[in-house]
Amino acid sequence: MLTHMKKLALLATAGTFLCTAWASTARAEDATPAAAPPAAQATPAAAPAPATPAAPAVPAVPAPQQPDSVAYPPGANAGTATDLAWPVPADLTSVNPDGKGKVTNDELIANVAHNKVSINIVWTLVGGFLVMFMQLGFALLETGLTRAKNAAHTMSMNLMVYGIGILGWWAVGFALMFGNFGGAAAAIGWQPSLGQGLLLLNGEHTITLFGHPFGLWGTKGFFLNNGVFDTAIFCLFLFEMVFMDTAATIPTGAMAERWNYKSFFIYGFWVSMFGYALFGNWVWGGGWLAQLGQNFGLGHGHVDFAGSSVVHLCGAMIALAGAICVGPRLGKFGKDGKPRAIPAHDITLVVAGTIILAFGWFGFNPGSTLAGTDNRISIIAVNTMLASASGAVVSALIMWMVFGKPDPTMMCNGLLAGLVAITAPCAFVNSAGAVLIGAIAGGLVVAGVFFVERVLKVDDPVGAVAVHGVNGAWGVLSLGLFANGSYGAGWNGVHKLFKDGAWTIINNDGTPDTLKKFADLTGTGPNGGWADQGVTGLLGTWFGAPANDASQLTAQIIGTLTCIVFIFLFAFAWFKLSGLIVPIRSTRENEINGLDEPELGVECYPDFQTTDKSSTSLG
Amino acid sequence: MLMKKIEAIIKPFKLEEVKDALTGLGIEGMTVTEVKGFGRQKGQTEIYRGSEYAVDFLPKIKIEVILADNLVNDAVTAVVKAAKTGSIGDGKVFVSDVGETIRIRTGETGEQAV
Repeated sequence: MLTHMKKLALLATAGTFLCTAWASTARAEDATPAAAPPAAQATPAAAPAPATPAAPAVPAVPAPQQPDSVAYPPGANAGTATDLAWPVPADLTSVNPDGKGKVTNDELIANVAHNKVSINIVWTLVGGFLVMFMQLGFALLETGLTRAKNAAHTMSMNLMVYGIGILGWWAVGFALMFGNFGGAAAAIGWQPSLGQGLLLLNGEHTITLFGHPFGLWGTKGFFLNNGVFDTAIFCLFLFEMVFMDTAATIPTGAMAERWNYKSFFIYGFWVSMFGYALFGNWVWGGGWLAQLGQNFGLGHGHVDFAGSSVVHLCGAMIALAGAICVGPRLGKFGKDGKPRAIPAHDITLVVAGTIILAFGWFGFNPGSTLAGTDNRISIIAVNTMLASASGAVVSALIMWMVFGKPDPTMMCNGLLAGLVAITAPCAFVNSAGAVLIGAIAGGLVVAGVFFVERVLKVDDPVGAVAVHGVNGAWGVLSLGLFANGSYGAGWNGVHKLFKDGAWTIINNDGTPDTLKKFADLTGTGPNGGWADQGVTGLLGTWFGAPANDASQLTAQIIGTLTCIVFIFLFAFAWFKLSGLIVPIRSTRENEINGLDEPELGVECYPDFQTTDKSSTSLG
Repeated sequence: MLMKKIEAIIKPFKLEEVKDALTGLGIEGMTVTEVKGFGRQKGQTEIYRGSEYAVDFLPKIKIEVILADNLVNDAVTAVVKAAKTGSIGDGKVFVSDVGETIRIRTGETGEQAV
C-alpha cells in the first residue's frame, strides 16, 4: 500500500509541475503578439539598408491567389510570364511592370523546352525511386518464403546486393550497358528525353559480321567520370541502376538458405559490372539485338519495353545457373528424388513484399518511357495492373482446382508473373492483350514451378525461375504476338511504313536523303499517305493493328534464346570459377543450424524460439 | 496437506473458457504454455506449392494448476466440461501428486503457498 501511495504522490507532483509549465507557456504565447511586431518590423529595415542604399522600389506583395485548380481563368498561381526566368532579359526596350524584359519568342521556347526536360527528369527519377523500393519487396518476399533460421541471411543478401550493386554499376556496368545510349539508332526526329547530355554517351565496341555492324558493349561513362558529368546522364544512371538491382536480386531468392555469404558478396560485383550489362547493351544500348531490325529487317529489332528479357529473364537465368551450381537445400529432395515441401515461415512478409513489388512496378513500366511528357504512361500503368490481376486470379484458380486450396504463395507468384510478362509489351498492347498476357502468365508460373522442381530437379525456394524466367520469356514473346502497332514507330531506328497492304521499311541512318524520303512517304503529297506503324506482332490485327508483322516475333525469339543461352552459360561459368576461390555453398553444419548466426553473427529472431519443421529427415 | 497438479492439454481456442471455469471455482493461479504434439488424432497433411507435407505436431495449450486435494474433483470436472467439443483432438487431463510448494517471495510452504 505504501508504495502505491508513494507512486500516486509522485504522479501528482509531476502532474502539477507539468500543468504549471504548460500554463506559463500559454501565458507567454498570449503575450507574444504584443511584443513581436516591433521587432519583426525592425529587422528587415536594418539588414538591407547598408547593402543597397539606392534599392529600387520593392514590388508590392501580390495578393493571395486562389489555387489554380479552382480558379478559372487561371490566376497568377498557374504561371505567367513573370515566372519565366533568364539571366538577362534579352529585350529591354519594353519592360514589364515587374522590371523584367519582355519575353521573346526564343526565350519562351527555351522555357517550354526546359519544362519538358524537367518534367521528364522528375518523372524518371520518381520512377527510379519507386523501383528502388522494390528491393524491399524482394527482401520481404524472399525472406518470408524461406525459413526463420535463415531470415537475417536472406535479408542481408537483399540489402547488400543494393549497396555492392551501386558501386559495381558506377564503376563498370553502366558504361558497358549504356555507353552508347545517345549514339544508338533511333526514330527519325527522336530527341533524348532527359536532355541533350545523353548524346555524350556515344561509344560502342562494334564488330562486323555478315557485312553488318554488331554492337557488343558501350565504352563511355566508366566511373561516371567528368566526361559524362551531366544531369541527363546521372538521371539515366539512377533509373538504370535500380533495374540492374532488380535483376541482381533475383538469384538471392533462388539460391537462398544455402548460399555462402562470401560467395554472394563477390557475385554482387560480378553481376553489377558484367553479368547484367552485356545482354542489356544488346537490347537497350543499341547493340546487335536492337540492330536486328536495321540489319536483317526483323521487325523493329528485339523490342523489350521495360525489361522482361533484359531484367527478368536475365536475372532468372543467373538464378537458374546459381541454383544448379549451389545445389538443393538439405532435405529438399527425398532419397526417392521426390521434392519435399519446405514451407514459408511468414506469409505476412510474402504478401507485403508482393504488394510492394506491384507498387514499385508503376515505376518500373511507366517510368521506362524516361519521359513524363509521354502520355503513353497512362496506358502502360493500366496494362501493368491488368496483367497482374489476371495473373493472380488464374494462378489462384489453378491451385484451387488442382490441389483444393489456393496457395497464397502461388497467388503471389501469379501476381508477379503477370507483372513480369507485361513488362516487355506494356506499351505496345491494348487492354485485352494485357489481360490475356497476364492470364497466360498465371498458368505458366504454376507449370514453371513444377517444371523446375520436378523435371529439372532444381531447388528454387521462391519460384524465381518460374516467375522471372518463364514469364520473362513469355513477356517478350507475347510482344511479338500481340503488339498492335499503336506505339513505337521508328523503334531502334526502323520505320515500318504501311499503306494498302504493302510495307516499306526506312532505316534511319541520319542522312538527308532518308529524311526526305520519310517526309515524302508520310506526307500528304502524291507519294504520301503511308502510315508509320508502331511495333506490331504476329497477331496484331486481333488487337486493332492494320496488318500483322511476323518478323517481329522472329526478332523476339532470337532475343529470348540469346538471353537464355548466353546468360545461363556466362553465369554458370562465373559460379564455377568463383567457386574455385570461395566455396559457393555454406557448410552443412551451418545450413542445418541456420545461416544467421554462423555467417552473420546475429539471429533474426533471438527472442523467439524457432523450430525448423522441415529438416527432420535430411536428404 | 496433500496437493495435486492438474495438467490439461486443450485446444488453443478453449483457453478462455477453461480459465473462466477454473477461476470460477476460486482457483487463483495457473501456468499456460503453448505446446505442440499429437495423440491418437495424429497430424494432418497439407499441400505447399503442390508438394504434400505432414503437419505432425498440432498446436495445443497446456494448462498447469496446483491446488489443494479437496478441490481436484471439481476442478477436473470444470476443465473437462469447458474444453470439450466432442470432436477428435480435444486433449487430455493428467492429475498427479505434488510433494511441496514454496512461494519464492515469502518462503511460505505447503497449501499457503498454492
